[in-house]
Amino acid sequence: MSAILKAERQGDQAVVTGAGAWLVDQAGWLAVRLRRLPVRLAGVRRVSLDLCGIERLDTSGAWLIARTERHLQAAGVEVTTEPPQGPGDADLLQHVRSLKLAHHRLAEPPGAVVALLGRIGRAMEEAGRLAVALLGFYGAIFLRTAAALARPWQIRWTALAHHVEQTGLGAVGITVLLSFLIGLVMAWQGATQLVRFGADIFTVDLLTIAVLRELGVLLTAIIVAGRTASAFTAQIGAMVLNEEIDAMRVIGIDPIDTLVLPRFFALLLAMPILTFIADAAALLGGAMVVLFELNIPWVQLVGRFGEVATLTHLLVGLVKAPVFAFAIALIGCWNGLRVERNAESVGRMTTQSVVASIFLVIVVDALFSILFVRLGI
Amino acid sequence: MADPDPIIEVHGLVTRFGERIIHDGLDLTVRRGEVLGLVGGSGSGKSVLMRTILGLLRPSAGTIRLLGADLTSLSREKLVALRGRTGVLFQDAALFSTLTVAENAQVPMRERFGWPEALMAELACLKIALVGLPDDARDKYPSELSGGMRKRAGLARSIAIDPEVLFLDEPTAGLDPIAAAAFDELILQLSRTLGLTVVMITHDLDSLMRITDRVAALINGKAVVAPIDELRRLDDPWLRQYFGGPRGRAALEAGQAAG
Repeated sequence: MSAILKAERQGDQAVVTGAGAWLVDQAGWLAVRLRRLPVRLAGVRRVSLDLCGIERLDTSGAWLIARTERHLQAAGVEVTTEPPQGPGDADLLQHVRSLKLAHHRLAEPPGAVVALLGRIGRAMEEAGRLAVALLGFYGAIFLRTAAALARPWQIRWTALAHHVEQTGLGAVGITVLLSFLIGLVMAWQGATQLVRFGADIFTVDLLTIAVLRELGVLLTAIIVAGRTASAFTAQIGAMVLNEEIDAMRVIGIDPIDTLVLPRFFALLLAMPILTFIADAAALLGGAMVVLFELNIPWVQLVGRFGEVATLTHLLVGLVKAPVFAFAIALIGCWNGLRVERNAESVGRMTTQSVVASIFLVIVVDALFSILFVRLGI
Repeated sequence: MADPDPIIEVHGLVTRFGERIIHDGLDLTVRRGEVLGLVGGSGSGKSVLMRTILGLLRPSAGTIRLLGADLTSLSREKLVALRGRTGVLFQDAALFSTLTVAENAQVPMRERFGWPEALMAELACLKIALVGLPDDARDKYPSELSGGMRKRAGLARSIAIDPEVLFLDEPTAGLDPIAAAAFDELILQLSRTLGLTVVMITHDLDSLMRITDRVAALINGKAVVAPIDELRRLDDPWLRQYFGGPRGRAALEAGQAAG
């Protein structure tokens, strides 16, 4: 059954007849036709809406009738309505008429340039706000650390040990595997170039310096950022969502003491150890290529390695590890505490943690490079 | 008692999860225009029954006819068309969290009819006014609303394209007594003015007293259906406990005093 709509005009009077089923699936075309009615009936003084023929009516149909009445009246037309006869239909129409519907205006979408500028502006404002908030969190960590060091018996040693296991021991497998493979690949790429100059043995120099100073620590930091920053955010975020953080505060526990500091110091401890392991694994991977692909005897390899691998190179790499750990833990924990009370927020913050901590690690690494070059190390 | 125009007919429904039998030959008929309450203890299969009637779960045996169509042998297209004639309010409203209230109400319209934006915006306004939400709630996100307002917004979405039958899963759970009473009134008013058939899972005895025409109690995998006054008089241990406890008695007394 479909809807029927007719309009007949005689002089300054008009009769609009509606019939059939004025239901939601007919509302699309009815709305268009009814919308044009005031224009089509321009100059008409009196309109009679004869809706007795409507057999079925729902809210959409009733609303269309009420809207048409409003439009016609707004055009200065006198409207008389014969309501539909179905049971309850007149009541429904009356109910819909009585609702105070504020005029809904579709927001005018701004021009592309304005929208772009607006987005840039909002992003800048947000970035500024976040930088200040992050600085505040950074300060809070120092304050709480100082307080914890003054009373070391209050430090949560169990939580610390647990997080060392989670972030350190748990990451050994993946770190060894990836570092070994990267060492292998690097040595291979280096060797194929150096063989052409007959400088095979310099593969050892290339690999040792690259791994000890940069690759080992950077690779570890990226693995840890992906693994641990996300875990910190998700763990703390889930607790925020569950009101556990508020519960802690109410009981008188500082969430920074219980949640943030153990994770922080666990990562500060674990990162240098992981980096050392990654260095060893990458060098081992490289050694495989040197021994079995370049066929350099192992005595010569060890001798060369002994000359190249100075303590300075090792320390240049290792000294960066706690700094990276600091950056990763800072971002991970902070984003966790920033989670809002909706589930979507946990996912968004976790993603952001990984991206932001990898970004920060690489920026800090670049700053270190500049520093070491200036210092001539 | 043959019903001339049933909205839902369930016959011999059996639902089994592994070893556990939830429904064991359950029969249920819902008449056009009535408000049916659905009660039962935890794990008695109220939500499972609702999900089965909605076609979200497949029954192990039995037939279900929803608005005259046999659910078990329906093509995908027919099922989608049928879904347009049913509205559901889930327990926590299940509003799409990335959309505003008005956009939520527009989702069914957009999917079914693809109307012009202006018409959808105006009709969304109408639905939001119908469920009694203030104008400024329109552009808010679900996370910015209180529990009661979220349920109203969910209701606006579920009646967006004028369904014939409305399913409500614990509509008053988690609401304060004032909001719960107001929500009961709203459901009653909508079912009367829009001619809706309502199937409502609830633990709220006040709601049961106030707005249901009949109540279906799920006991031992079967449904016992009767108006609430008759149900109270039936000799069944679970029903006696349900209506005879202190809460049950208080609600009944309040209901009698009011009625």
